[in-house]
Amino acid sequence: MRLLLGALVALAVAAAIGLGSTWFALTRNVAFGAMTIGSWTAYPESGGTEIDPYARAAIARSGVLPMGLGDGVAFIARTDDAHRPLDGRCDVVVSGTTPQARFFTLTIYDREGHLIPNALRRHGFTSQELLRKADGQFAVTVAPRARPGNWLPTGGIERYVLVMRFYDTPVGVATRAEREAPMPTIITNRKACS
Amino acid sequence: MIRWLLWLLAGLLLGGVVHLATILLLPRTATRDAYARIEPLAPVNSFTLLPAPQSDKAPLPFMDPAFATAVCRYNLSDGWLKLTAPVSQAYTSVTFYTRAGVAYYSINDRSAGHRIVELDLMTPEQHAELPTDENITAADRLIVESPTLSGLIVVRALIPEPGLQSMANAAVSAAQCKVQS
Repeated sequence: MRLLLGALVALAVAAAIGLGSTWFALTRNVAFGAMTIGSWTAYPESGGTEIDPYARAAIARSGVLPMGLGDGVAFIARTDDAHRPLDGRCDVVVSGTTPQARFFTLTIYDREGHLIPNALRRHGFTSQELLRKADGQFAVTVAPRARPGNWLPTGGIERYVLVMRFYDTPVGVATRAEREAPMPTIITNRKACS
Repeated sequence: MIRWLLWLLAGLLLGGVVHLATILLLPRTATRDAYARIEPLAPVNSFTLLPAPQSDKAPLPFMDPAFATAVCRYNLSDGWLKLTAPVSQAYTSVTFYTRAGVAYYSINDRSAGHRIVELDLMTPEQHAELPTDENITAADRLIVESPTLSGLIVVRALIPEPGLQSMANAAVSAAQCKVQS
């Protein structure tokens, strides 16, 4: 009787720990080889056959096709530079310089990877569309209401993510330091939250 | 007390095994992976222009809305494939994915070096069976080996500004994947 009870406890613990940790790993985007620069994180190894089992399971579950290494690299930001989640009710400014690339795009999604509805049908910018300052730097305001310059509408959604994709770029698996890949800053203006 | 701790320890170890097994098996059991989502949209061994992602409807999550995308759902059981993809004015890339969505080869218009990307896709067995023809040198012919019998070829062309959408759509729609027997 005691043996049976013990075995049942062990099996229950195994199921809870095993399935719980799998669920945790898949929902929190656990993967090896993360490259973090400021608030931005990329997983260049997910774009090739060196992809680790966690990233493999995550793409199978979500249905995403990862960007191939010969195509470019994708950086995702879930928080601002103060480590607070990106809030669509506030004004968030993405500004600065970008790593060397032939083209880049900046796109806003909800956390599941859907585009966010808005009347302008603007979901992002390409490097060609951005209005730039004289020194080549740019600033994009991600905000619920219209802003001058490069305005990316949030539709007032509570949580969103930003993705920057660099096409035909030297940034990749071998990139180690921030000076090789300078990423823009993400700053939330807390006073301008609706 | 010690006995219960031992049972707990056994449970923890077994939990680790369960965790690793589910992570490794998940790609084989996933029913909503990219290939499964594209299957109803695209016939086998021909290119289909994917609809541009909209806020309420997108073929795949996290698609770049600044790109026109065409996909060839391939199956190499009837022979190897010849891929031709003309490059657009802005930026074009071709990425090959296994059945499970692993990007095993990708090339862009600059590294292709021509106005048209030309590749032969085959399984390692088909590659080994190729007759060794002196006239066909390796430099003229780019051969890519597919680790799986089926998979996806995705051709993407940048839409640098909204007015150029039809240009990018036309460029990716002109891509072809044909079985050679």
